Amino acid sequence: MLKIKGLDVYHGYVQAIRGLSLRVKEGELLAILGANGAGKSTLLGTLAGLHKPAKGNILIRKGDTPPAEECPQYKKGFKPHAGECPQWEDITGNAPEKMVRRGISLVPERREIFGSLSVLDNLVLGAYHRYRSCGKGAILNDAREVMEIFPALKGREKEMAGTLSGGLQQMLAIGRALMARPRLLLLDEPSVGLAPLVVREIMSVLARLKQTGVTIVLVEQNTRAALKVADGALVMERGSITLSGSSAELMSNSKV
Amino acid sequence: MPDQLMQLLFSGLTLGSIYALIALALVTTFNITGVLNLAQGEFAAIGSLLAISLYAAGIPSTVAFILSIALVAMLGGLLERAAIYPARRASGLTLIIITIGLSISLRGLALLIWGTETYSLPAFTKGGPLFIGGAAVNPQSIWILGLAILTLSLLYTFFELTYAGKAVKAAVVNRTAARLVGINPGTVSFWAFMGSGALGAAAGIFIAPVTMTTYDMGFMLGVKGFVAAVIGGLSSVGGAVVGGLLLGVLESYCAGLVSSGLKDALAVIVLLAVLLVRPQGLLGVLGERKI
Ligand SMILES: Nc1ncnc2c1ncn2[C@@H]1O[C@H](COP(=O)(O)OP(=O)(O)OP(=O)(O)O)[C@@H](O)[C@H]1O
Ligand SMILES: [Mg+2]
Repeated sequence: MLKIKGLDVYHGYVQAIRGLSLRVKEGELLAILGANGAGKSTLLGTLAGLHKPAKGNILIRKGDTPPAEECPQYKKGFKPHAGECPQWEDITGNAPEKMVRRGISLVPERREIFGSLSVLDNLVLGAYHRYRSCGKGAILNDAREVMEIFPALKGREKEMAGTLSGGLQQMLAIGRALMARPRLLLLDEPSVGLAPLVVREIMSVLARLKQTGVTIVLVEQNTRAALKVADGALVMERGSITLSGSSAELMSNSKV
Repeated sequence: MPDQLMQLLFSGLTLGSIYALIALALVTTFNITGVLNLAQGEFAAIGSLLAISLYAAGIPSTVAFILSIALVAMLGGLLERAAIYPARRASGLTLIIITIGLSISLRGLALLIWGTETYSLPAFTKGGPLFIGGAAVNPQSIWILGLAILTLSLLYTFFELTYAGKAVKAAVVNRTAARLVGINPGTVSFWAFMGSGALGAAAGIFIAPVTMTTYDMGFMLGVKGFVAAVIGGLSSVGGAVVGGLLLGVLESYCAGLVSSGLKDALAVIVLLAVLLVRPQGLLGVLGERKI
């Protein structure tokens, strides 16, 4: 559902991504591994619109149903693009505000939650791009569903997000991204600094999300945890892909 | 309390609510955009002059007021797009200098349109002064205080109770995360300047019956509003109101008991005192860039 062709991304004069090409299949969970400074965060950030590529293209397959398919007006039997042959849309260099409308959501490195806002406000703001079309009731309902996915957040709606533990903040960050109803969910090292039990819970949530049809790209340093849930994986080194295959293949590869 | 002190207190509070209104607009825009808009006083001057001209042209006063508030709001948005937005990646200091440039240009524009004459508006409500505790209170003072209270409650309602207000807060708290959920910080900045234009114009109109309205009245208003905001800590909405009232009362006592010539110098003295006592607080806030 995503095609990246010959991507070059710079931070000032530092080239972080070098001629990277990649395909992500619909509904797969792809793990991206690699050492510090390999360019993993830059790649995800570029897909989310935070960095503008100097070269290359990013194409996303147009959805059969728009990300806002749950909205009331779509429920009345109106389905744009239904049955049309799939088309690719060039989203290279779009701003983050546009990427999220195309169905791409990023759970950034360091979580970046709205620390001084409440847990519920964080979730509800996650649905910003579809708030007007869906209405408050539907959004609050979705927030409740997200708290079913992460039961640890239940009962903490009014707490200030910045006072939560690291694990809960990570769950909130993922929950906020889910509130946008993404077709493609990008996660940047969600396990960093968390207890093994919390890591396991987050990974199992990702596995369940995959089952609902969300395509997931997971950047991880925690190779073992990532390969356990991933279908395929690739290794990045100095801005390019140096190794790729199924998770089973990479699991048995000594270089990983 | 002797009558004279009471009288000075009331006129100080009136003056202070004017400063508080300007300071409120300054602080709110600053909190949202990180831009210290030193052209805020000019919004008040132009709003007031516009309303006076529209009123003089025979338009009913309420319509004239709303129209001029809307026009200055648009002016605020226009200036944001033309001068602030293109320089959004510049330092806080550069942006302050841009707003000083805007203030000078707006004053020049007002001079071209309205000349150096002095204008005035009739009071909103007819009738003589009210007597409270032996002091005469101009009814327009109550209108001005009322506007300050209304503005505070509107700001509170917007930021605490509306979704759009939360989105603005989110953009201030974490710009990157706000963009990732689809909030456009540029739009937020645009609306903040529209709002500060509207609030400035409203302040200018409300004080027009009790002040001499001239093309250059915005300069002093801007300075006083800035000092009031600084007294209040520059990023606190409540502090802006307290700072405004305090400065107004101080000025009033200074003019009444010492010398009226000293009144305008007082603001600068207070500013220097604040800078001497806690410069790090003020400069610390100024150094931050937001949207
Ligand atoms: N804002 C920036 N300015 C300059 N250089 C940057 C910036 N961000 C990243 N870089 C550089 O780009 C390269 C890739 O960084 P990136 O953060 O994408 O790597 P990463 O694989 O995510 O690393 P980590 O595992 O530490 O998160 C590194 O060499 C880094 O130093
Ligand atoms: Mg990284």
